[in-house]
Amino acid sequence: MNFEFTEEQKMIQQAAKDFAERELLPDVIERDEKSEFPAEHIKKLSELGFLGMMADPKYDGGGMDTISYVLAMEEISKIDSSVAVVMSVCNSLVNWGLEAFGTDAQKEKYLRPLASGQKIGAFLLSEPEAGSDATSQRTTAEDKGDYYLLNGTKNWITNANSASTYIVIAQTNPEKKHKGINALIVDKNSPGITLGPHENKMGMRSSDTHSVMFNDVKVPKENRIGDDGFGFSFAMKTLDGGRIGIASQALGIASGAFERALKYSKERKAFGTEIFNHQSVAFKLSDMAVKIENARNLCLKSAWLKDQHLPYGIASAMAKQYCADIAMEVTTEAVQIHGGYGYVKEYHVERLMREAKLTQIYEGTSEVQKIVISRSLLK
Amino acid sequence: MKILICISNVPDTTTKIKFVNNNTAFDIAGVQWIINPWDELALTRALEIKDAQPGIIENITVVNVGLIDSEPTIRKALAIGADAAIRINAEPKDTFFVASQIAEVVRKESFDIVICGIESSDYNGAALGGMLSEMLDLPSVSAVSHLDVVNGAVELKREIDGGQETVATQLPFIAIIQKGIAKDARIPSMRGIMTAKSKPLTAVEPIAADLLTEFVGFDLPKPKAACKKIDPDNVRELVNLLHNEAKLI
Repeated sequence: MNFEFTEEQKMIQQAAKDFAERELLPDVIERDEKSEFPAEHIKKLSELGFLGMMADPKYDGGGMDTISYVLAMEEISKIDSSVAVVMSVCNSLVNWGLEAFGTDAQKEKYLRPLASGQKIGAFLLSEPEAGSDATSQRTTAEDKGDYYLLNGTKNWITNANSASTYIVIAQTNPEKKHKGINALIVDKNSPGITLGPHENKMGMRSSDTHSVMFNDVKVPKENRIGDDGFGFSFAMKTLDGGRIGIASQALGIASGAFERALKYSKERKAFGTEIFNHQSVAFKLSDMAVKIENARNLCLKSAWLKDQHLPYGIASAMAKQYCADIAMEVTTEAVQIHGGYGYVKEYHVERLMREAKLTQIYEGTSEVQKIVISRSLLK
Repeated sequence: MKILICISNVPDTTTKIKFVNNNTAFDIAGVQWIINPWDELALTRALEIKDAQPGIIENITVVNVGLIDSEPTIRKALAIGADAAIRINAEPKDTFFVASQIAEVVRKESFDIVICGIESSDYNGAALGGMLSEMLDLPSVSAVSHLDVVNGAVELKREIDGGQETVATQLPFIAIIQKGIAKDARIPSMRGIMTAKSKPLTAVEPIAADLLTEFVGFDLPKPKAACKKIDPDNVRELVNLLHNEAKLI
């Protein structure tokens, strides 16, 4: 085993850290308060190649490995998860899904502008009545010969407004249940698409989240990914990798909160000494450090498995569930260590705590991850 | 036009400074190394000119005097956008030695502009540019805060007391740059990091050169005294402390 990162991996980690501290930190609190999408920040992030960092250089991607992606996601998420989630959706879901299962023509037309960061993508799976139970898709893609007619509503869609390219999961043959589902590439500007209002969320408030309504939207047949009925399998395979992105995001939220709590504990004095010297605080920090180390190892292991082309679905489920759960625990303790200051916005930890909560919910709740993990134990 | 940028491999500016061997050597344990911030700004400015005027600058090379452990720092310069790098395989023990090595590189391969930072953030010697100028018999301009190429000629501005002066000079010359030359150092892109591996990084052996100085010892600044709080109404006590204790008035 080798736990040493390569020079390139370290450089990517440092580049992400520099970007987050220089570009994201100065106005992250203000954007959170205003629920303002970080359009300029995303533009700069895409110019540096972070939005297509794992895509094949043949399609103008960065050609980086998944380990590098984990390192970059952690650094960005330490400062601003609303930006990190854009990065995760583009890299893990949209670009990877197109690269792994798209035709050459689809990759040329849709992956190239996404991988080069000129365009942003969105992944549309969740519905008002189909969240964790992704087999119950109500959105329909009726086969009309040379095109599909798309009707229905998708919920909680990250990048819904800023994306140019959607990947939409919809039911074509309800009698075949999940084997009747298709994945379609849809231009956001297609006639018949309307967006609901920006969601007023608890955390990750500046990420661009809307519901999306499809009303008789025509989608050319050549925009279907894979064979007829491949959509559910496509979604599940893509989400296996998506979990690595969100696990890394949760890890970054936890380590960001931990770093702030550790720094504060060395500065803040109570009863005549820095609060770090009080065992109750030192032991909290010790517990936080152990959890973060475990979380990081789970993320890196699942990334390593993916890079080695070995099965990584269970490892990524473990990483997602554990990282999300400890992010909630660590951020809560970080607020506690900060005391009253932790409850106000300028110390960042209350925001990180709000952000952590979402990582336990989206791209498969912690409970769904436990279903995936426990089922694997029976095999 | 060819540009050579001298880069130092220095400890990250947030490093906790400690000394070993009876306070005669810097403790490098656990230190993260970076491109000297002034040198990184110089590289950024050279790249800005290259990007803004394609074809004007054909090559940007970085040169470092250092052992193999400085290569990650050099690779970062390549990732940021330098075209090539030269590492002179020697420990940079004093400025005369370093200047002698870089002067040899310039003698062998002609450059139109040689840029170095006004100082390095570790030992703050602030002597390299002047020495290079003397050794190579080239003009030098110090404290340069603006560098541009306009119609093939170099435009320079330098900081002086109370303002700036504009300077013209012949090529080749040495530019000793000050902060302000570029706003922020450039962050390497993913593509830059990937291509850095394939850019030329040539290691050359040093020429014989004397070491004219040696570090005898280092002293850390005294720890700051505890802050004293004085009631705003008690001006007499404030004056007393400033006069008798701080000896400032």
